[in-house]
Amino acid sequence: MNVTSSNHTIRKAKSLAMNGLCILCAALVILPLGLILFYLIQKGASSLNWAFFTGLPKSAGVPGGGMGNAIVGTLELLALASCIGVPIGVLGGVYLSEYGGERINTWIRFWADVLNGVPSIVWGMVAYALVVLPMKGFSAWAGALALAFIMIPLVLRTTEEVLVLVPRSYREAALALGLPQWKTIMRIILPTARRGIITGILLAMGRVAGETAPLLFTALGNDYWNKNLSKPIAALPLEIFNYSISPYDDWNRQAWAGALVLVAMTFCLSLSVRLFSTGRFQKNT
Amino acid sequence: MDLDQLKQKLLTMASHAEIAVNEALRALVERDYDLALRVKESDNVIDHLEVEIDEMAIHLLAKAPLASDLRLVTVAMKISQNLERVGDEATKIAKRARDLSQEPPVKIVVDLPRMAKLALDMLKAALDAFVNRDPVSARALIPRDKEVDGINKQITSQLAEHMVENPDAIKRCLNLITISRSLERIADHATNVAEEVVYLYEAQDIRHTGTKSGVAKATTA
Amino acid sequence: MNLTMTPEETKTAPRGQADNAGTAAPRLQSKPIAASTTSPAVPALSVKNLSVFFGKHQVLKSVSLNIDARAVTAIIGPSGCGKSTFLRSLNRMHELVPTSRVEGDIRLFGEDIYSKSVEPVIVRRRVGMVFQKSNPFPTMSIGENVVVGLRLNGVRNRTLLAEQTEKSLRMAALWDEVKDRLNAPAISLSGGQQQRLCIARALAVQPEVLLMDEPASALDPLATSKIEDLIRELRKDYTIVIVTHNMQQAARASDYTAFFYMGDLVEFGPTAQIFTSPKQKRTEDYVTGRFG
Repeated sequence: MNVTSSNHTIRKAKSLAMNGLCILCAALVILPLGLILFYLIQKGASSLNWAFFTGLPKSAGVPGGGMGNAIVGTLELLALASCIGVPIGVLGGVYLSEYGGERINTWIRFWADVLNGVPSIVWGMVAYALVVLPMKGFSAWAGALALAFIMIPLVLRTTEEVLVLVPRSYREAALALGLPQWKTIMRIILPTARRGIITGILLAMGRVAGETAPLLFTALGNDYWNKNLSKPIAALPLEIFNYSISPYDDWNRQAWAGALVLVAMTFCLSLSVRLFSTGRFQKNT
Repeated sequence: MDLDQLKQKLLTMASHAEIAVNEALRALVERDYDLALRVKESDNVIDHLEVEIDEMAIHLLAKAPLASDLRLVTVAMKISQNLERVGDEATKIAKRARDLSQEPPVKIVVDLPRMAKLALDMLKAALDAFVNRDPVSARALIPRDKEVDGINKQITSQLAEHMVENPDAIKRCLNLITISRSLERIADHATNVAEEVVYLYEAQDIRHTGTKSGVAKATTA
Repeated sequence: MNLTMTPEETKTAPRGQADNAGTAAPRLQSKPIAASTTSPAVPALSVKNLSVFFGKHQVLKSVSLNIDARAVTAIIGPSGCGKSTFLRSLNRMHELVPTSRVEGDIRLFGEDIYSKSVEPVIVRRRVGMVFQKSNPFPTMSIGENVVVGLRLNGVRNRTLLAEQTEKSLRMAALWDEVKDRLNAPAISLSGGQQQRLCIARALAVQPEVLLMDEPASALDPLATSKIEDLIRELRKDYTIVIVTHNMQQAARASDYTAFFYMGDLVEFGPTAQIFTSPKQKRTEDYVTGRFG
């Protein structure tokens, strides 16, 4: 009996030590995040005011002004990029899951994964070549296209993964009713996978919301409200970049505020992903 | 398997019935009073077996047997019923034998021994066909029932005549007539068993086909 | 229990096989329970020399049989004998497997369902199917599930849809249980109710033939017996083909039974005959549980 109890104590001690190590590691991960958030809030909250959200940037050196156009611009770019990227991504995912053959699917997946890893600035260059050069000017279209390129492989893969999870029996049941395959996909399979697909889209949007490099030479940035999508457009990451490398204190402070707003946007997107996937907003199930 | 147990029990009952008939006939021939009593008592065993077999059959039916298993269960119930009656007939013969043994033998010679042998052979053949899975032999024994019927008629009319001329022998003659009738019934039961055996092994129902020939229509192969 | 008769191979097994000349009727009812007042001239489904291949693997070997209209035909056999493949070939559902290939002929009331000019979609509207595991569409309510086949095929008339909902649910013996909650999600029903909902859904498109692939195998005994009662009722208006590995169910619910083994059709005949006095030794062995 002595032996067992001393073993027991040793085991208990080991267990506690490992537990402690895990907690430490978790803390090491969360702590920096917390510190960043704290720092951001400390540095940027003071510059948040109505003018910041609605005003246009003032000239260099002039205090005041805001990033209204950049905030709106980011939202516009996100919307445009989604309009381009989501349909292609979703339809591609549908193809992979419902139509493709064994070999071709393997190739498509392989290339999607490769494209996922392409540095975002490369996408910027592609958009530059495809849109900026022919149009002889920077535009929201070019920026949106660059972002869409990033979104597509993401949406494609997540859509496919979610569609594959839809039980085969629903497809069989629908086909057995005499429904053609495309109708089965559109009216039964996609609605069933709706939640997962939207989650995938939100995740992709969250990813591209903060992309700066591809916008550098596609959207370019704009000091004014963008009224024409064929013209350059402001975006939060671009503004933050410009402001933070400038020598003006006021701009530096606004850069922190901008960063805070950007993080807040990403946070909201992640929150909606969470809420969506736990089904709070779903009508059925 | 429970079906095997059912079959075993049926075989046990069959041998009891055969023995009962044998002993009853021996008691008659040897005018053995004690033997006659023993036959009467052993009929209880046969009756019990019928009840047991029916119970087993019901339990087996609850398991929903199919095809030849299903036929075996239903055939077992029918054969056991026939065997029980055979036991009863044996008892009747034994009772009459007991009465006859108390009195001097009749002066007329009737062909009871041959009839007894025929009936007993038929019973044995039917039961052998069941054991040996031999529907062909079963079919073959069915025509012999006619012969037994014939002898029964003959004996009955002979004894009737004798009774008219010898009123003091009436009681004994009546006993003999009863015995003859019992033997005829035993042959009938043997025929029934044979028909059940054919149903079991060939899935053909040859009852009441009218020809009493047992051959009925040709077995399709 | 060996039958002393030597069995003959049944390659084609038309309905009349059981009434072969020379056999007296066995004790149990050999006529099908379906009161076919007039023997149908055209069988509902007529299968000739059907062989199905998945890639190089041959799953069905030259199967021929006729399925009578307004009767229930059961398909039995051990796992892997090809009975599900056979069922699916009757409404071209096996084509979901890309490597599938079919040889032979299947006619639905005389029309070739595999001819080049026939689309599988049309065949499946006339030959419906119910699956082993009930699969009502999760994003739709009970009422929506019932008429989904009609709605997605373009029927818009609300009155018509409502009528068809009630009619189909009544036929599936489910109306009384769900009539005041047609808007509830379909997955809120119990297993047995869901299966009956799937049957209603299949019936709503008014098929001529209903195929059922082990419809009650996932259900408890009470639900199972309800499904069997339902099948008996439906027999009056529909031709039903049911795959089952439960022989008592086949014996209870069907008029004809086909026994498949390793891709071959071993025996086909009236249910009563197959289960009391089968002609083939393999059938006898399977039915009495000696294998499979």
